[in-house]
Amino acid sequence: MLKHETIEKNIGLLIVLTILVVSIGGLVQIVPLFFQTSMTQPVAGLTPYTPLQLAGRDIYIREGCVGCHSQMVRPFRAETERYGHYSVAGEYVYDRPFLWGSKRTGPDLQRVGGRYSDAWHYAHLMNPRDVVPESNMPAYPWLDRPLKDAHIQQKMRTLNWVGTGYTEQQIADAPAELEGKTELDALVAYLQVLGTHAPKN
Amino acid sequence: MSDFTSGFWPIYISLITLVSIVGTWIFLKMQTTRKLAPGEKPELIEHTWDEDLQDLNNPLPRWWLGLFYSTLVFALVYLALWPGLGNYAGLLGWTSKGEYEAEVKAAEAKFQPVYAGFMKQDIASLAANPEAHAIGRNLFLTYCSQCHGSDAAGAAGFPNLTDHDWLYGGDPDTIKATITDGRNGVMPAMGEALGSDGTKQVANYVLSLSGRPHDLALAEAGKQKFADNCAACHMPDGTGMAALGAPNLTDKVWLYGGSEAAIIETIAKGRNGVMPAAAQTLGTTSNRDAKLHLLAAYVYGLSQKQ
Repeated sequence: MLKHETIEKNIGLLIVLTILVVSIGGLVQIVPLFFQTSMTQPVAGLTPYTPLQLAGRDIYIREGCVGCHSQMVRPFRAETERYGHYSVAGEYVYDRPFLWGSKRTGPDLQRVGGRYSDAWHYAHLMNPRDVVPESNMPAYPWLDRPLKDAHIQQKMRTLNWVGTGYTEQQIADAPAELEGKTELDALVAYLQVLGTHAPKN
Repeated sequence: MSDFTSGFWPIYISLITLVSIVGTWIFLKMQTTRKLAPGEKPELIEHTWDEDLQDLNNPLPRWWLGLFYSTLVFALVYLALWPGLGNYAGLLGWTSKGEYEAEVKAAEAKFQPVYAGFMKQDIASLAANPEAHAIGRNLFLTYCSQCHGSDAAGAAGFPNLTDHDWLYGGDPDTIKATITDGRNGVMPAMGEALGSDGTKQVANYVLSLSGRPHDLALAEAGKQKFADNCAACHMPDGTGMAALGAPNLTDKVWLYGGSEAAIIETIAKGRNGVMPAAAQTLGTTSNRDAKLHLLAAYVYGLSQKQ
């Protein structure tokens, strides 16, 4: 029988046993998720972000949008009536990292794609009060500047390591696709694709 | 939960979970020493740290032991009733999807009779019904106010719904069709075709149509260019065409601004006014027809007040 004293005096053994005990929760609750098709397969029609959308997503992250906007419609009627179908795991397979967020100072954005026109988004990002006078969202006027994303190809290759599956052709064409775009263009392109492959009600 | 890639995983989850619970129980049992009799000294653990530091092996407090065992019992009862062990669905058969669907069903059953009453009335009479107005207003604030404003007075590029000016028509059926299917009003960019002088001339002619201050010579020069390039949609007299959503240029309503500069920008770059279809804006299809009906009545009512 292993004595308490043996464990306390043998630091290596203590580390191994501690890791074993601490990891049980993760082994049971996290590891099996990698072997569930509803977690790993994209929903019908979902494709990896285009280079422009991908660049827009990084602007979304840079500007801290996730601090006030969630991307997770929970399965409650109060949420689905307002936003649309509740979120399912297969919608996030190309989101690395996911941007679920945990705070809604503004509305959830998981179903925002197609809900407003591009023109609305441009006006709203430049100054939210121009279209929604009651809004307390900050304005982002500096986004109306040329998009500089020198690392777009590296980003796509990195995402391929974890299985996003960009083709060589897509990676080669990426810089041309960002040519002449503004940061606003990229962000709006990203927002307009969000939730467009949601399950239908 | 039944979509594991192999049958191994449900067993893996169940086994580790149950072995952990049972193992913890056995371990706790092994480590529990009997309660001390009054006056009895606890056993001294046979080691000494830092020259004179010693441990007494006091028994675990009974209240604490009780709490620990009750968490183990709680875990077992929980895992029996609710899903948790691999593919096992639990005795209650609960799923979050089922709970959501029950919630929606209950709400539909509750609101169905209310909505059914509204559906029997036509939009014009519903617009005068205060109860329908209150529901319509809530729907409008949820789904429409982001573009049209909470007072429905619109913003630059987003139409004011409280005036009597309609791009596509303001009768009840047209309003309902607009909400249901959305609209896409496209004005092509004419800047290249007209050139910058031509654009300025046409802009001044457009200003003259509604009697606004303009340069007479430029407007005169723009008249023919308007007839050649713009009249197909805006009509030769500039009164617009509801079928295309081409605005009336002879009134005082300016969707994108009525200054010379704004009109020049509109002509040069074109405009693309998009109103999404209700499929995008209404969150769910539950009671969809009734919601469209109430929204149309609310919007129709907005322009009937003045």
